[in-house]
Amino acid sequence: MTRGAPVMNKPRLTTSAMIASIADADQPTKAAPFGNALVEVARKRSDIVGMTADLGKYTDLHIFGKAFPDRYYQMGMAEQLMFGAASGLAAEGFVPFATTYAVFATRRAYDFIHQTIAEENRNVKIVCALPGLTSGYGPSHQATEDLAVMRAMPNMTVIDPCDALEIEQAVPAIAEHQGPVYMRLLRGQVPLVLDKYDYRFEIGKAKLLCDGSDVLFISTGLMTMRTLEAAQKLAADKIAAAVLHVSTIKPLDADTILAQVRKPGRLVVVVENHTVIGGLGEAVAGVVLRDGIAPKFRHIGLPDEFLDAGALPTLHDRYGISTDAITKQTKQWLE
Amino acid sequence: METLSNTPGLEERAYRIRRNAVRMGEVQGQGYIAQALDIADVLAVAYFHAMRYRADDPTWEERDRFLLSNGHYAIALYAALIEAGVIPEAELELYGSDDSRLPMSGMASYTPGMEMSGGSLGLGLSIAVGMAMGLKRKKSDSRVYTLFSDGELGEGSVWEAMMSAAQYKLDNMIAIVDVNNQQADGPATEVTHFEPLVAKLEAFGWYVQRIDGNDMAAVTAAFDAAKAYPVPQPRIIVADTLMGKGVPFLEDREKNHFIRVEAHEWQLALKALDAGRPA
Repeated sequence: MTRGAPVMNKPRLTTSAMIASIADADQPTKAAPFGNALVEVARKRSDIVGMTADLGKYTDLHIFGKAFPDRYYQMGMAEQLMFGAASGLAAEGFVPFATTYAVFATRRAYDFIHQTIAEENRNVKIVCALPGLTSGYGPSHQATEDLAVMRAMPNMTVIDPCDALEIEQAVPAIAEHQGPVYMRLLRGQVPLVLDKYDYRFEIGKAKLLCDGSDVLFISTGLMTMRTLEAAQKLAADKIAAAVLHVSTIKPLDADTILAQVRKPGRLVVVVENHTVIGGLGEAVAGVVLRDGIAPKFRHIGLPDEFLDAGALPTLHDRYGISTDAITKQTKQWLE
Repeated sequence: METLSNTPGLEERAYRIRRNAVRMGEVQGQGYIAQALDIADVLAVAYFHAMRYRADDPTWEERDRFLLSNGHYAIALYAALIEAGVIPEAELELYGSDDSRLPMSGMASYTPGMEMSGGSLGLGLSIAVGMAMGLKRKKSDSRVYTLFSDGELGEGSVWEAMMSAAQYKLDNMIAIVDVNNQQADGPATEVTHFEPLVAKLEAFGWYVQRIDGNDMAAVTAAFDAAKAYPVPQPRIIVADTLMGKGVPFLEDREKNHFIRVEAHEWQLALKALDAGRPA
């Protein structure tokens, strides 16, 4: 399919860098929370090694590489090799943190993650940048189905952190965890959001960040930042929204989700930075339906399409995952 | 316990590995028998000449690691592990059976002495790179042996691993590529243009020897040379082998990638092996 000729005379946003900042202009941020947190853990643990497939600087792993050059493996543009070698290092007792972009791990090296890591339950931490729609570079770089793919893999723990604070807490937690982990990564200047919510990350635990009687947002990753903002906007219209943050996609915290969904009279809206197929929304729907509950249920996620290239704010609006789009959609559902 | 004086020679070990494989093949009535027969000499040298391991402790930290990248050769490795005493001979009867520790395709979680799960091809060398790195980190002098097949040369990951092993000067890696020129869809050389293999591998930074993989003296010398080679480079032995080696009517069978053998032929195969058994 080819596109029609663009309108030339209106002001337009540009795609800018491959990794566009996901922080709003006035938002507090922290630099490279993953790289810095990994350095902290590695100071206490000599078994941790870092690996990257020519994207050290773009996954914040270069900070680890500078601190521990002899524990840093540059594997080159070779994702299959990297995950196979990560399995080998894990077999010898080390805990590799292997980084690349989410698309290259989950698409290109799927078999290597499946066979050499997950099937043998090896202690490899797969940490991947550009999750969901966080790049304007089009489908080559947009990991819109990574959660579905990794959720379906036995033995794999799947984590989608929201902000810098959560990444800082998740790194030591996944290092401590025995077994393979897939974690989505926000890198560079990462928003700081959860510090205002007395939040403590735990693998496998969903956390209620704020309560409200009209809407229950169930969200993961970056979208929790958006649902918190949407909740504030809705409050201005006297709509009370709760936000349940589910950063561990697998194993899913069914108990906490069910306890929240069972509360009567609320619209349930699952929000995720991922295709609506196979991610958090369908996972929650499965848990809820299997429990015999039938809430008023809505789902905001990316469409089952190859998404456009363009500027991130444009694309987030276009595909309904900006704060304004989430707020507007929710209001319509409540009418 | 055998005393030194009556320790079987490598030819006898290879004969017994072939015999174990044929007996397992008979259990299933089919299998990758021709490959087991072609690689038996290499496995005999690996397990009874080159490698350090403890039969009663397959995860002994100081062992040499043996990675079977081509998981469908599991029958060959089981045959060697049985001969080495890692797996009891009685389990041979359970090959490929329900709840057996010896599944048709090799998996680490099933079998003592199996270091990786193969089946999907082209995985072994990548894992080996990581293991070799890990052993170096631990200042271990254990080596990582990886057996893979000429068909696997079609997998790009093999070449990714080749380049990385050279980059990291992994001189504790010894790979063996079994060139029997047979893969699922026909002669390997007609499927993927992998020759000239020695020149390619040397260009990738490896110490390369090409030998007749069914010549016991040559195989032994190649393993010795691979271990002793003083330059910090990964090492590879290109072993040209004959599918079905030792059982003449299997050697010249046209389609011998996955052999179906008639019931009466298994005994004929054992007889053929016996005829060639070293004195």
